Amino acid sequence: METVIRTEKLTKRFGDFIATNEITFEVKKGEIFGFLGANGAGKTTAMRMLCGLSIPSSGDAQVAGFDVYKQTEEIKKNIGYMSQKFSLYEDLTILENIKFFGGIYGLTDKQIKTKSDSLVEKLGLHNEAKKLVSGLPLGWKQKLSFSVAVLHDPKIVFLDEPTGGVDPLTRRQFWELIYDAADTGVTIFVTTHYMDEAEYCNRISIMVDGRIDALDSPVNLKKQFNANSMDEVFYQLARGAKRAE
Amino acid sequence: MKQFISFVKKEFSHVLRDRRTLFILFGMPLVQILIFGFALTSEVKDSKIVVVDYARDNASRAIISKFEASHYFDIEKSAMSHDDIYKSFKQGKIKMAIVFPAKFNETLLQQNKAQIQIIADASDPNTANTITNYASAIINDYKSQLDKTMAVPYQIFTETKMLYNPQLAGAPNFVPGVMALVLMLVCVMMTAISIVKEKETGTMEVLLVSPFKPIWVIFSKAVPYLLLSLVNVASILLLSVFVLDLPINGSVLLLLAESVLFIITCLTLGIFISIKTSSQQVAMLISLMGMMLPTVLFSGFMFPIENMPLPLQIITNIVPSKWYYVIVKSIMIKGLSFSYIWKETLILLGITLFFLALSIKSFKIRLS
Repeated sequence: METVIRTEKLTKRFGDFIATNEITFEVKKGEIFGFLGANGAGKTTAMRMLCGLSIPSSGDAQVAGFDVYKQTEEIKKNIGYMSQKFSLYEDLTILENIKFFGGIYGLTDKQIKTKSDSLVEKLGLHNEAKKLVSGLPLGWKQKLSFSVAVLHDPKIVFLDEPTGGVDPLTRRQFWELIYDAADTGVTIFVTTHYMDEAEYCNRISIMVDGRIDALDSPVNLKKQFNANSMDEVFYQLARGAKRAE
Repeated sequence: MKQFISFVKKEFSHVLRDRRTLFILFGMPLVQILIFGFALTSEVKDSKIVVVDYARDNASRAIISKFEASHYFDIEKSAMSHDDIYKSFKQGKIKMAIVFPAKFNETLLQQNKAQIQIIADASDPNTANTITNYASAIINDYKSQLDKTMAVPYQIFTETKMLYNPQLAGAPNFVPGVMALVLMLVCVMMTAISIVKEKETGTMEVLLVSPFKPIWVIFSKAVPYLLLSLVNVASILLLSVFVLDLPINGSVLLLLAESVLFIITCLTLGIFISIKTSSQQVAMLISLMGMMLPTVLFSGFMFPIENMPLPLQIITNIVPSKWYYVIVKSIMIKGLSFSYIWKETLILLGITLFFLALSIKSFKIRLS
């Protein structure tokens, strides 16, 4: 399998504070990779470096085959991103949002037309397509947000706590979208605080105090830590954290 | 380019969909033009004047020394020709001129009456009115001294001439001020808020992760406001020409070009504020306190700068709207050409470049 993300002792320092401390891991094409850790463990910093938003202090990393130091522009073209805040424009309609994001990723009008038709079809939004996004329920907004993040067929999509504040049923539906995308070969890099979501991932890493303390499939991790659930695995690791929030 | 167009289209949708924004954009100029019809008057001190004394006799000297003694006036030079007066007016060096005709004393003594001409720069009508009144009072004071020693009362007529704005209409004074104010509001506040809004809602993050370059994000934010502000400038000018009967004496093209420069100054300030703040409320407060208030207080359109204590007078120099106000007044009311306002233009340009450099620098720091 092709490796799409590779990091080697990737480190980010802010003065004396080491936000991300020599993390090393690989993510394969089409994999759903869970990126876990308590608040302040360094997840966001690591993700920002991988998205080309922040230059690492030391170490190496390639995303979609491009270097995080020199080829951030290339990286940006090949990734999608969905933030923990709902990140579409509330005062634009669904179609306008699709058109705008398609536009800034450089899709042609024809591509945008085809994409929006299939997207509306897939999410069953025929009646809402021309209505403002602000009127949609949160679950739908998040699904739409994800669909927009993969609109330009990125190799990797980064999801930063994508399902905050929605009920388990909607979360389940959201994950069906993620599986669909992964089946087409898109790599999913997801951060979450929900342990039921962690179970859905192919592999997960757990960060503590800037380091990756555990990295394996959920089944293997439970064996390794002699735990019944991912919750227990997470508590065992997070308890050892020295960093206060 | 396609990315850029998509972005600008989206910005227009934001603006056109928000009623409050639309009201501020297009209702504001109308309301302000109507409200500011009533300007304020106040005491004016140390007005620079010149005296042209064709008489050089006892009476003229006595009156001049009274002017010299008055704290309302500050005599720049005496004994110039008529041509020099107009030149000084155009350069904005003086506020008023006094002309004594030849044989002033002789005429006064023989015919019991004489004339003095007073010429004032009425592009600022409040100041012009106030200082010509002071001048008349000083001359009357001299007359009443003479009257004490003579049996028959003397008459000295003052012929007052208001330059540039003979009717002393209040409008010419406030139209440039309203222009500065509206542009400040639209460009600084709205640009700042619209960028900070994207930070607040999290869409900025998504934009930064996209291949669309951050500097273009900022640029595409500025373009719609530049266009809308030009619509504003045009509507204010149309209002003043057709509703207030106020002609544009100078070149309209020059006026528009200077307005574009000022709009760019304001946009840069707005962008600077948006980079430094992270909530819409803070951005709005800073725009209001930091930009609108100084425009009202220190541009010279409400309160005469000449009258302020020295430290405040110095502060007014860093208020961009002061320079724009001077420029618009010079073009619209005095009908002056570029050669008279290049200094102000240069200062405005300097301020713009300064904040542009500062914005780019802090923007880069923020990203890394």
